[in-house]
Amino acid sequence: MSTRLATGGRLINRARSVEFSFDGKRLSGYEGDTLASALLANGETLVGRSFKYHRPRGIIASGPEEPNALVGTGEGGTFEPNQRATTTEVFNGLTAQSQNAWPSLAFDIGGVNRIMSRVFPAGFYYKTFMYPRFAWKHVFEPFIRKAAGLGAAPTGKDVDKYEYFYAHVDVLIVGGGTAGLAAALEAGRSGAKVLVLEQTNTWGGRAPVDGVEINGVSAEDWTTDAVSELSNMDNVTLRTRTMGAGVYDHGWATGYERLTDHAPEIGGPRHRLWRIRAKRIVTMTGAIERPLSFAGNDVPGVMLAGAVRDYATNYGTSCGDVMVVATNNDDAYRTAIAQVQAGLSVAAILDARASADGALVAQAREMGIRVETGAAISKVKGSKFVTGVAICAQAGEGTPTEEIKCDVVAMSGGWSPIVHLWSHCGGKLNWDADQAMFRPDPARPPLGDDGKGFVIVGGTANGYLDAASAMKDAIAQGRKAAKEAGHKPAAAKAVKAVSVAESAIEPIWQMPQGMSTKLQTKTFLDYQNDVKVSDVRLAAREGYESVEHTKRYTTLGMATDQGKLSNINGLAILADSLNAEIPQVGTTTFRPPYHPISMGAIAGDARGDLFKPIRKTPMHEWIENNGGFFEPVADWRRPYCYQAEGESVKDAVNREIINTRTNVGLLDASTLGKIIVKGPDAGKFLDMMYTNMMSTLKVGRCRYGLMCTENGFLFDDGVVARLDDETFLCHTTSGGSDRIHAWMEEWLQTEWWDWKVYTANVTEQYAQIAVVGPNARKVLEKLGSMDVSAEALPFMAFKEGEIGGIKARPFRISFSGELSYEIAVPASDGQAFWDMCMEAGAEFGIQPYGTECLHVMRAEKGFIMIGDETDGTVIPQDLNMQWALSKKKDDYLGKRAQQRSHMADPSRWKLVGLKTVTPSDVIPDGAYATDGTIRDNGVKHMIGRVTSTYYSPTLDRGIAMGLVEFGPDRMGEIIDFPTLDGKMIKAEICDPVFLDPEGERQNV
Amino acid sequence: MSSVTALNGATSNGIINVADAGLMGMITLRGDLASAGMAKAVKAATGAVMPAMRQITTGKSGAAAWMSSDELLLMVDYADADVAVAKISKSLGAAHHLAVNVSDARAVFNLSGDQIRDVLAKGSPADMSNDAFPIGEVRRTRIGQLAVAFWFTDAQNAKLVCFRSVGGHIMRWLENASEIGSEVGFH
Repeated sequence: MSTRLATGGRLINRARSVEFSFDGKRLSGYEGDTLASALLANGETLVGRSFKYHRPRGIIASGPEEPNALVGTGEGGTFEPNQRATTTEVFNGLTAQSQNAWPSLAFDIGGVNRIMSRVFPAGFYYKTFMYPRFAWKHVFEPFIRKAAGLGAAPTGKDVDKYEYFYAHVDVLIVGGGTAGLAAALEAGRSGAKVLVLEQTNTWGGRAPVDGVEINGVSAEDWTTDAVSELSNMDNVTLRTRTMGAGVYDHGWATGYERLTDHAPEIGGPRHRLWRIRAKRIVTMTGAIERPLSFAGNDVPGVMLAGAVRDYATNYGTSCGDVMVVATNNDDAYRTAIAQVQAGLSVAAILDARASADGALVAQAREMGIRVETGAAISKVKGSKFVTGVAICAQAGEGTPTEEIKCDVVAMSGGWSPIVHLWSHCGGKLNWDADQAMFRPDPARPPLGDDGKGFVIVGGTANGYLDAASAMKDAIAQGRKAAKEAGHKPAAAKAVKAVSVAESAIEPIWQMPQGMSTKLQTKTFLDYQNDVKVSDVRLAAREGYESVEHTKRYTTLGMATDQGKLSNINGLAILADSLNAEIPQVGTTTFRPPYHPISMGAIAGDARGDLFKPIRKTPMHEWIENNGGFFEPVADWRRPYCYQAEGESVKDAVNREIINTRTNVGLLDASTLGKIIVKGPDAGKFLDMMYTNMMSTLKVGRCRYGLMCTENGFLFDDGVVARLDDETFLCHTTSGGSDRIHAWMEEWLQTEWWDWKVYTANVTEQYAQIAVVGPNARKVLEKLGSMDVSAEALPFMAFKEGEIGGIKARPFRISFSGELSYEIAVPASDGQAFWDMCMEAGAEFGIQPYGTECLHVMRAEKGFIMIGDETDGTVIPQDLNMQWALSKKKDDYLGKRAQQRSHMADPSRWKLVGLKTVTPSDVIPDGAYATDGTIRDNGVKHMIGRVTSTYYSPTLDRGIAMGLVEFGPDRMGEIIDFPTLDGKMIKAEICDPVFLDPEGERQNV
Repeated sequence: MSSVTALNGATSNGIINVADAGLMGMITLRGDLASAGMAKAVKAATGAVMPAMRQITTGKSGAAAWMSSDELLLMVDYADADVAVAKISKSLGAAHHLAVNVSDARAVFNLSGDQIRDVLAKGSPADMSNDAFPIGEVRRTRIGQLAVAFWFTDAQNAKLVCFRSVGGHIMRWLENASEIGSEVGFH
């Protein structure tokens, strides 16, 4: 059983205990513990159930590579699933729950899958859930959905805060082990701006655990000095609890800082996502130990040898009283030696190599530890915890020769450099057969915009497993990074790291060598996804040769740990099954992030009221306080209508229409786009942008214009005013201001770069307030200081001056068919002007109106609306707007396209008005007209569709506009609009101008 | 006068202080920045010399900020903007240019404190270090999802300009990013 040792633990503070809970059980640990070390110290070896077979699983590793010990932490608004116990620091009040087990961890019903494992081979889902087809939806999918997934999704809203931080540095160093620190010292001393990220809360990495000496002192003491020197450099920033998450093109990297996970009480953002630009990215990420593939290698108590040593040295925690070590290299001997030094026992070291003669081996032998060479584990005994191992010869098929009692198995299959960050952007790897590992090929780094490598790898991550050469490499790479970032490294100071020399590793991909099929089915490669040696071998037999395909077929390496422990072992088994060399099989693709990061960190601050910026007009707050019922219009919010107390939306709209047509209404039209176009060639330019002629517009006058894309489709409209000879003010739709401004600039900058035209988007400079209705003039006359009479300011003209003491530019334009002034005032004076209008208009019955009133009134007049009558497929000719297509101009954007045969086809659906035969009927939005015939494919033949449809309170009937085949030639015909509820609405084709066709109301 | 800013006097105090800077006269000026006439017009309106790329220059009656290779943002007293536009147009005469008053299209913030660079770096991808972005330069960049421009007036003070319609959003963003406890300690 695992337990806390009486002494030791370099990272824990025994003076301060912390209380936490696991599955409701109250436990205690020490400050500095990870959840994993604290659970082990409490004897909790069973921490989860596996994903597919629900096998009992224990902690296997001590870092982010941990596949088994996934827990849900927190509760309610702080709950988060799939947190690794090995990277979770304990704190007072931490609550953690095991996952994937029901009804309890110790007794799990899903474990029946384990007994049934023979019927869940590789590709089980693909093979099983194909037929019968109907069963997928009703039987298979619900079953899989229930069974699938690790952990539970949070149900509460996340209460924590997250943020981004953009940092620019010369050199980014990922990894704060001794190599990273040595490289940082070199880069820092050169004057380069350096950022060092370390994923844990401690500097120094593994060197202190492995007894490395640097410059004659312990790695721990050297680390303290190095950190102290770096802290004193202004050009160096050190961050612990910050993981280098991803490397992207152009020297871009992300870092994942966990600020309060270890101490929620300190407040502030929980996670910070660093978005880093670095001239050089140095990855000093160390290595991960590989498991060995033997039967029962997933029984709780079977752990990585390095992790067992970590728990003893860093956390004063023993993983078991009696240890068996299984290894193919010298490093695992350190674990055995540490076990004995801690006063515990090692039953045997099973070394798969035929002979072992390194210094560590000799030391173990001298300490009296039983060392068996050429030996292997045939099978681990125990189910919920290790009780012993059956041993056999590595060379054989696994016939047990002896059974050894133990409660922990420390295994080591060798170490794999962590090459993820090197590989994210395409850094290439070489297979190092001597060391049995993939290591970065420094000659093939990921390339930056200058064609040079922008990622530099060093230390253990570069394939130097012994301390001396790792340190030498780290220093060289640190200097290289500084130099390539444009700095001159200082004179080198000798740094000498020393560790006990090791003899050669022997690659062991399954244990024993000729393991039987039966043993293969108990030998796990991917712990998280329950992929066994037998699954990979089956995939190979079924013809899967590519490692990428095998990965997807077997799910090897596809779990949340992305195969950190399993990938190399898996592809070695695949290579063996295919009789291929490992480098021929290759690796799967490494993709960011290195280790899962929180969704909150990815979202950053863009949540809640900061999720989406809302544009607000100067009158927004007034509208909000006066019954405004908002609708989104592009990024703006505009009032659909203004509801009086107790009034329905529909009633409010009808009231606003009647009042505006009878008295006077006030509209906030500030959202309309306003673009200044100025220059000697401005007229020529606008003649190209608009379909009609703008260059002939007289100063002081307005003209309505259409804009088409170069494909001829109508995509914006608005009124253009000529401010002076060289200056035009173009109004666009509310949604079009930024788009049209960009459109103009694109043509000016790419095609007509020699035309003398400047544009400026002044949309937000003005509050634009429309005073509309028979009493509109009376309101403005009452405000005074400008003659707004029909003579002084005729229809389609504008004036500049002051109204009521406020600088104003009224345009006599009308989108409602009423007498109408749209008055532009400085945005800062918008509310004041609005208030003045409301006050002056009170005696004339003024009421504000919203966008729906605007829509109905324009439909009553047959005016089109971009986005209603147009949808990206409609050309002006479809809308009978030939009058707006200049014949005098040689060209305008869209002209040529409109001459293409399909555009000129007379059978294109054309705009008409539609009067419902039963006046109280209103055709539903989007309804299609049918002619009673059925198409070959069985659907009703459609001859048109509605584009705008409303109840008109002015006419007290349903009105609509629509596009109908040969529509304008069919005036008076009745056509049918079937509705979704099976009814049929009949409508008469008519002129789209329903009200005041002569324009007498507006032209007064 | 009844003119009000989009921020209407809002302030927030956290690891930096944020305040509505009030009404400021602003002019978009486009033209040939290399011409002597343009330099003269800028001088006439603001007293400032022509800013080089990414720079902001100040003069007796205003400032001039480089926005792009053919665009400046001139800053003057709010009440003087129209006069300044007229002055520029008169000075440039027939030379092709565009000068337009955009004073009311913006919201302006005063930022103060010693962590301004860190707070802005939470939303802007621009390099906020003193070396890359010294006093005397202006950055036309973004904060979160929105376009902004900002510059330092001294080590402890900066101005930030955004579009008027999103002034409230930027205020909330700054308030959130400068919450106590969110110090970064990078710059």
